[in-house]
Amino acid sequence: MALLDIRGLEKQFGGVKALDGVDFNIEEGEIVSVIGPNGAGKTSFFNVISGMFSPDNGTIVFDGDHVAGHLPNEITERGIARTFQNVRLFPNLTVLENVMVGMHCRTKQGMWGTIFQTRAQRAEEQLIEDTAKEILSFFGTRLTGYRHDQPAFALSYANRRRLEIARAMATQPKLLLLDEPTAGMNPRETIELTQLIGKLRSERGLTVVIIEHDMKVVRDVSDRVVVLDHGVKIAEGSYEEVSTNDDVIEAYLGRPQGSDDE
Amino acid sequence: MRLDPHSRKWGLVAGLIMSFMAAIGMIRSFDDRMMINPVLSLGYIALLLSPALFGYLAARGEVNILEEPERNIAEGASKGAMAGLIAGAVTVAFLLVTSPFDLSGFFPNISTAMYDVMTFHQGLGVGSLLLVAISALVGALGGALYGVGDVARNGIFRALGWVMLFALFELVVTDVIDFRPIVRFIYVQGGGLQFWSALIIGGLAWWLGVRYQGKRAEYSDAAKASEAGSRLRYSLIGVGILLLIVLPMIVGGIVNELLINVALFILMGLGLNIVVGLAGLLDLGYVAFFAVGAYGMAVLTSPLSPTLTPALNWWVALPIVMVFAAIAGVLVGTPVLRMRGDYLAIVTLGFGEIVRLLLLSDWLTPYFGGAQGITRIPGITSGPVTISGTSPELFIYMTMIFVAIAAYVSHRAQNSRVGRAWAAMREDEDVAEAIGISTVSAKLLAFVTGAIIASFAGALFSAKVGTVFTNSFDVLVSIIILVVVIVGGMGSIRGVALGALMLIGVLGGPKSQGLLTEFSEFKLLIYGAILVYMMLKRPEGLLPSVRRSRELHGAEAEQDAWLDRKGDFVDEDAEEAVT
Amino acid sequence: MSTEVAPEVAKTRRFKFNWVDSFLWFVRVVAIIAITVGIVGSFQKFAAGEGPSAVAWRDLIISSISTGSMYGLIALGYSMVYGVLGFINFAHGEVFMSGTMVGLISATLLFNNGFWESNPLISIFVVLLVAMITSTLVAIVIERVAYRPLRGAPRLIPLITSIGVSFFVQYSFAGLFGVALRNYPPAPPRLAADLTVFGTTFPISGTRALVIGVAIVSMIGLWYFVTKTKTGSAMRAVAEDKEIAGLMGIDVDKTIVTTFAVGGAMAGVAGLMWALLFRGVDFLTGFLPGIKAFTAAVLGGIGNLPGAMLGGIMLGLFEGVGPLLVLDGLGIPGVSQLKDAVAFAALVLVLIFRPTGLLGERLGSEDRV
Repeated sequence: MALLDIRGLEKQFGGVKALDGVDFNIEEGEIVSVIGPNGAGKTSFFNVISGMFSPDNGTIVFDGDHVAGHLPNEITERGIARTFQNVRLFPNLTVLENVMVGMHCRTKQGMWGTIFQTRAQRAEEQLIEDTAKEILSFFGTRLTGYRHDQPAFALSYANRRRLEIARAMATQPKLLLLDEPTAGMNPRETIELTQLIGKLRSERGLTVVIIEHDMKVVRDVSDRVVVLDHGVKIAEGSYEEVSTNDDVIEAYLGRPQGSDDE
Repeated sequence: MRLDPHSRKWGLVAGLIMSFMAAIGMIRSFDDRMMINPVLSLGYIALLLSPALFGYLAARGEVNILEEPERNIAEGASKGAMAGLIAGAVTVAFLLVTSPFDLSGFFPNISTAMYDVMTFHQGLGVGSLLLVAISALVGALGGALYGVGDVARNGIFRALGWVMLFALFELVVTDVIDFRPIVRFIYVQGGGLQFWSALIIGGLAWWLGVRYQGKRAEYSDAAKASEAGSRLRYSLIGVGILLLIVLPMIVGGIVNELLINVALFILMGLGLNIVVGLAGLLDLGYVAFFAVGAYGMAVLTSPLSPTLTPALNWWVALPIVMVFAAIAGVLVGTPVLRMRGDYLAIVTLGFGEIVRLLLLSDWLTPYFGGAQGITRIPGITSGPVTISGTSPELFIYMTMIFVAIAAYVSHRAQNSRVGRAWAAMREDEDVAEAIGISTVSAKLLAFVTGAIIASFAGALFSAKVGTVFTNSFDVLVSIIILVVVIVGGMGSIRGVALGALMLIGVLGGPKSQGLLTEFSEFKLLIYGAILVYMMLKRPEGLLPSVRRSRELHGAEAEQDAWLDRKGDFVDEDAEEAVT
Repeated sequence: MSTEVAPEVAKTRRFKFNWVDSFLWFVRVVAIIAITVGIVGSFQKFAAGEGPSAVAWRDLIISSISTGSMYGLIALGYSMVYGVLGFINFAHGEVFMSGTMVGLISATLLFNNGFWESNPLISIFVVLLVAMITSTLVAIVIERVAYRPLRGAPRLIPLITSIGVSFFVQYSFAGLFGVALRNYPPAPPRLAADLTVFGTTFPISGTRALVIGVAIVSMIGLWYFVTKTKTGSAMRAVAEDKEIAGLMGIDVDKTIVTTFAVGGAMAGVAGLMWALLFRGVDFLTGFLPGIKAFTAAVLGGIGNLPGAMLGGIMLGLFEGVGPLLVLDGLGIPGVSQLKDAVAFAALVLVLIFRPTGLLGERLGSEDRV
């Protein structure tokens, strides 16, 4: 059974259909890219899956449960984590805190333990810190050492993107939604991130959906590519299939002149 | 003649402030309080503070952080004098324009007594010239102060500061020393420092300051280095606690009374700090929880409470009151969960007022006594000892215990899973939710924790005062607690303590007088001015929390971090330094 | 395809218990039941010949509408500032109070001359001008000193600042004018009497008719200003998007000052109405009308000018008629004391259940997200 199974997803914003009956599924361990021209509904697709908007229609079955219409934090708890197109960190928390806060839904100590400094609470705090450091070390030396205590706003753009992925990883998801993870990165950083996405699957066993504009990244990283246009899925298949698909070329480049139209 | 634009601008501002202070009666009223006998009253200090301050600013001119400013005594003095002159002239113009009319019908404070004070009791003609001259002189001194070297300036500031402190806090000093000959040596009977004792205090402050300047820097460095938790830090904390324990014993009843008020406001400030400072929910109706605590305790313990009279022991009632407060926290918190920050502020304000109006109404009078309130609330009885408002030197320990509990809870919460969730929510609510934080429970937890802390304050308050009336719970109280938190520094425990000490202790609380009773007529004016000033110039407060100051001075911190790292940069990604 | 899965979605949602929503629904239902029971109770009383008479009800409604139109005028100031700068100008109530307070001087002088009695309409016009000018100046000064340095600060910072400004202005006026309640001279007899036009007497006093008339005229004037003049369209552009408006060559600062000035002028008009309706003024006069006017602005849909007026009148009716109509019917004693509580309850309920107001919000682009 597919890890995520989406049927007939619809979402309207004031008369504009951002999503118009999208079907989508992803198997465990797959890496799927979602591409499409600007305004195709890619980010809305993520927003609906992660619960930031509830869909007007359609089902989202994740790991055997219906999740459509649930709150974002409940969906995250079930194992879907995401990043944002325009990196949204907690800029005044430190790098380490940003990741530690991601562990929130996997930990449970509340006010009681906090006040009385119970053994369980201290153990959990230690666990949170250790796990957060371990996750940060996944990115090599870029986010370790003195960087732990730097406020997130002091990071470079590429590091902010990495930190956001680290924060998402800290929620210990099964499925990771990455919204344009390489936007604003230079070629070297892009290559590094592409390898990293591969490592997310091979080392961490994550299933990944990526929205991406950089076709090189899409080619290198994805098992399968889904193309959205005007809220409709217009093509699906391997990179090669999709990149030669007429509808896709049309969506990106417009209808070639002289072709038939009715 | 070329007029320095800064002198003109600041002179005008100073003149307007002086005229304003005269018109609202501040100077006249402060004139009753002698500071240095017989030359200087608080009124004249208030009046001449403007030319001095703005003379200094005029001498400083444009602030340029890149260049070391030129400091020149003569030039500073001339600029300051010009500003002072203009300030004096504006004030005199105000006096001359208003004096032909009898305005006291509309403006009770524009009175002959005010003219008399403003003209140094010399009549309008001579007095006006005198005012301009003195204002120019003080302006010149202020300007010259900018010109002198750092050591001398710090010395002068320190000397003036200590003299002012001794003069203002006469009550505390006499209370602590409590030995007539020394008190009589320092102070004149009936108020004010002796002239020579002012000189001695100023001189001592200067001398000690110069003598120990280097040492002090060493100490503060050591204290900073010990931040992580070394022995020095613990011993400092130990000394602080010891001082707090000893202090109520050496000061008298009035000061203890004052300290109780301060402690109650620290308690409420700490509670509000959790809601506003940590969780970022601006609550303008916080007093409602205080009211729940006070009325809950009153109903449960007072034998005279109408209708319901369980007349419980304070300690037995306390857990019940806490439960009430928690319920109130949930009831207020739930409807506002999905609300924008500014609407939340107004709704909570509405809740606070509704609580007060309902308590006052005929409808609930059978339960809460309406305008008569509830009286005969017993003190805190534990075994044979009953602590109530009549024994402030014991009651202060009671409040201190609860302050300590609140401070401990805030401190723990701040650096824990709960506190991180609050911080995340404060920074970006949508993202916090998207990474798995239930904003519903985080917000409710903040409201409930804040409510319970406020209910402690309410429970203590009712036991101390013995009666509760609705007018102790109006919106003013909420706002003053907010000012305490903001002035001290949102999110900072030390900040809240400092804010309460300075504002409630010195200026006075909404219903209580502070150390400076002279200020009580104008304290709310001063509160307003402080709040605006803080928001414009130092929104992170006096003792900011690390996170908050990052938030409000993000760009600067970023730059500093970058500059810091340029020196010892070893990382290979040079492009990552800053975006 | 999508139609066949729809029931399933509905099912998953129905079984998703959300106790926050349930609580809010519970509050809604309780409020509606309480209001219905209260109204029915009042009608029964009325039918039984108890309680206020029909004439009393009518007068109550008329007086509520006139008070409400005063709230509406103050609400315009909140609404415009919120629309343009996106924060609640808590000090707007004090702008209103300052106009009333300074207007008092001119009114008293005119009264002492006997001019107030002999030429009531001209006198009132003079007082109106004084109040408007004062309020406008106060609003402009507040903007310049306290709010302009805060452009672009997080939304709560100017809100907190405005609370400080509010205190400062209140207690400045306490210092200047003293803390005692002062009274405007009584309305001239011709105005105090019921309005008579061409021999027909209307069941409304001249003062109230004047108040409602002035409100309508000001509203029309403001509407014309905002929609038809160049400055008005600049204001709307700045409200929509400050940055773009600036790029289009609009002087944003100047437009914001204009917004405060116009809001202040309207508050000044409201100040005169307060004088005519209630006469008594002190330095705290601005607080309650300020909060109520804010409620009115939200009720109508903040940023929406006709909405502010409508919200004002609705709120006037709620607090004027509500206690007697609903609370009295529920058997709650001493309902007239609860007038303010009803207004606050209206505030709370509107913000909880319909924060976009009756006519919908009009917010700047950065607030809509």
